[in-house]
Amino acid sequence: MKMDGGQALIRALELEGVDVLFGLPGGAILPVYDPIIDSSIRHILVRHEQGAGHMAEGYAHATGRPGVVMVTSGPGATNIVTPLCDAHLDSVPMVAITGQVPFAAIGTDAFQECDTTGITQSVTKHNFLVAEAQDIPRTIKEAFHIATTGRPGPVLVDIPKDIVDPDNPRSALEWTDDVEIDLPGYSPQTDADPVAIVAAADLIRAAERPVLYVGGGILKARAAEALRQLAELTGIHVVTTLMARGAFPDSHELCLGMPGMHGNFTAVTAMQESDLLIALGARFDDRVTGRLDGFAQGAKIVHVDIDAAELGKVRRPDVAILSDCRVAIEALVVELASNGIGGVNRGAWRSRVNGWQENFPLSYERTQGGDEIKPQMVIEKLRDSTPDDTIVASGVGQHQMWASQYWSFEHPYTWINSGGLGTMGFSIPAAIGAKVGCPDKMVWAVDGDGCFQMTAQELVTATVEKIPIKVALLNNSYLGMVRQWQEMFYGERYSEVSLSKDVPDYKAWAESMGCVAMRVDSPEEIDAAITNANEVDDRPVVIDFRVAAAEKVYPMVPSGASNSDLLVSPSQQDQQ
Amino acid sequence: MNEQSGSGSAGQHRVADYRYHTLVVTVENKSGVLARLSALFSRRGFNIESLAVAPTDDERFSRVTVVVDLESAPLEQIIKQLDKLVNVVNIRELHPGHAVERELMIVTVSAGPDRRDELVEQLDRAGGKVLSVGADAMMLSLVGPPARIDEFEELLRQYGIIELQRTGRVALANLDEDD
Ligand SMILES: Cc1ncc(C[n+]2csc(CCOP(=O)(O)OP(=O)(O)O)c2C)c(N)n1
Ligand SMILES: [Mg+2]
Repeated sequence: MKMDGGQALIRALELEGVDVLFGLPGGAILPVYDPIIDSSIRHILVRHEQGAGHMAEGYAHATGRPGVVMVTSGPGATNIVTPLCDAHLDSVPMVAITGQVPFAAIGTDAFQECDTTGITQSVTKHNFLVAEAQDIPRTIKEAFHIATTGRPGPVLVDIPKDIVDPDNPRSALEWTDDVEIDLPGYSPQTDADPVAIVAAADLIRAAERPVLYVGGGILKARAAEALRQLAELTGIHVVTTLMARGAFPDSHELCLGMPGMHGNFTAVTAMQESDLLIALGARFDDRVTGRLDGFAQGAKIVHVDIDAAELGKVRRPDVAILSDCRVAIEALVVELASNGIGGVNRGAWRSRVNGWQENFPLSYERTQGGDEIKPQMVIEKLRDSTPDDTIVASGVGQHQMWASQYWSFEHPYTWINSGGLGTMGFSIPAAIGAKVGCPDKMVWAVDGDGCFQMTAQELVTATVEKIPIKVALLNNSYLGMVRQWQEMFYGERYSEVSLSKDVPDYKAWAESMGCVAMRVDSPEEIDAAITNANEVDDRPVVIDFRVAAAEKVYPMVPSGASNSDLLVSPSQQDQQ
Repeated sequence: MNEQSGSGSAGQHRVADYRYHTLVVTVENKSGVLARLSALFSRRGFNIESLAVAPTDDERFSRVTVVVDLESAPLEQIIKQLDKLVNVVNIRELHPGHAVERELMIVTVSAGPDRRDELVEQLDRAGGKVLSVGADAMMLSLVGPPARIDEFEELLRQYGIIELQRTGRVALANLDEDD
């Protein structure tokens, strides 16, 4: 069948099962926007391309399907560099289609030309510059294959205008249905080595103080159910990193919650005192380990990862298992179920863990009606008045940590945040993408005032496209996390962290973007505002919660310190 | 019979202490692949000592011989990260003691008529060739294990090196040492 490159591109996306594109057109990508009119694919027109990128990420986090972005050349492409990097660090499957100047003009500094593949090389899993129209269908197939297999990640396809422009003879191609991918250098291993599985099982059987250290890879591998089986079979406690919140239910008796810089005392300390860490799809990130030479010094390591380069990158494992997490965990479950879980008595360890949980729960000083609103209290009230499967997307800062700490995640894929890159402005577009992917679920963005001002314009997109997300703005009128560091580590010298209390007027701004908006100044107004927000179903809602500015996130491992030097909240410090 | 490999003649030279290691990387012959390799090296802080690229007998692939500095990163990480590049098809690690390594040097040295005989004699002993003779200078070439090239370069200093170009090493595994 004869086609032009633009039609072939859209057809190839349809064949990949793409149901939505997040994007914004411009000169170089114009020819591809024309066939979108005749396609069944929904296009969501964003207000800034960064928003499109984070929407695609939110969509992918929530659904497990790759998010797709389409933007023009030059500034359109550079505007998605941040989301690409974000997706790269958090292993989010995503495909970005960028327009490019005509092939013959590449290298001439043509209007809106930039070296997109060069710029994005280090922030993508792979990228392509397509030279011929005939290569479009195969390249799209390859892009989706790479984005979604092995360790997932973002893949960018740069499309010169002439090969998609129906007026240009270079765009003509013969469509065939049987294109095959041709990637001789790409074949991710997914099967676990049975010898390594037995070796890991032996370590598990012998361990006195084992901990399952669970990272985002569990979610990417759709392995939450397998994890639960492994934990329940062995009775081993689970910590879920920032990227893995929800992979194991917070209410489960074996769940210790989040480890790391702002993890809770028990999760951090259990890892420190452990004699066996079973790392599943986790990468020993510095935010989890603290000072590396002081991290879990007595622990042997079993490390399961699908990316060989993670095995031994930071901490040398005693048993390395190169595998998809689900495959490896299922194999471990079979091995332990058939050959026994070992007879080590872990009673003493369990009572130590219980003791930490009793003595050092997450805590903050509560306030009474009429007083300031504590941000943690807002999260607790939201948690208690929304369905269990509500999706929460957060920005980056103190509010992110409180959301992760005080929410109770009961289901996988209900927590969406920017972990590796820590991108302020992530939450609103990510929440929009998640809601597009899961229209039947309630989606709340927990945002900070600094973050909100970076991507709030996407609420216009949400209104116009009828994507009814809800935003809880924890407005402390500060770049709060930076303020906290200046208070604790820079002798209370506050440099460039104060955001105005009066401008913008968030309520008026949100209303001008078509949202229902409320402002909440005191604790007794919180419940009613949340109830009102939960009832809105036809447009986005924003609640401006005026929260205590001086509140700090605890516990905290100061940057560069060992996890053994965790600071708990001031009210618990005398017990430490 | 194999010629002596790099480490065989290197004695106390840098190849022998294994700070440097040779990787033979087969890559897809596509535009931008070399940029991906070098971007990876710089982004991850892997230092490279030399890099040589050429097509192979199969036109779909090129072969990159890269000498990596193991003081900058562990070999295992370097190989694993390289392997993640989609265009990298195969990586062979050549242990310095088990490979034939060669490098080509062409060099112009100042040598008037009075010193030519002596220079040519030394060149003959090293197995090099005279490429061109000028009034006060000679252009020479030498192929050999990198360590021998190092030694010869050192020796030429007393004459005065006007211009020098080395290719970086290429390597193949010794015969009968493959698994
Ligand atoms: C794009 C970007 N710029 C700067 C930072 C550094 N940073 C981390 S948290 C933070 C403050 C965020 O402020 P806000 O959104 O108000 O959240 P809060 O910490 O007050 O809850 C900053 C500036 C970042 N993570 N991302
Ligand atoms: Mg703030």
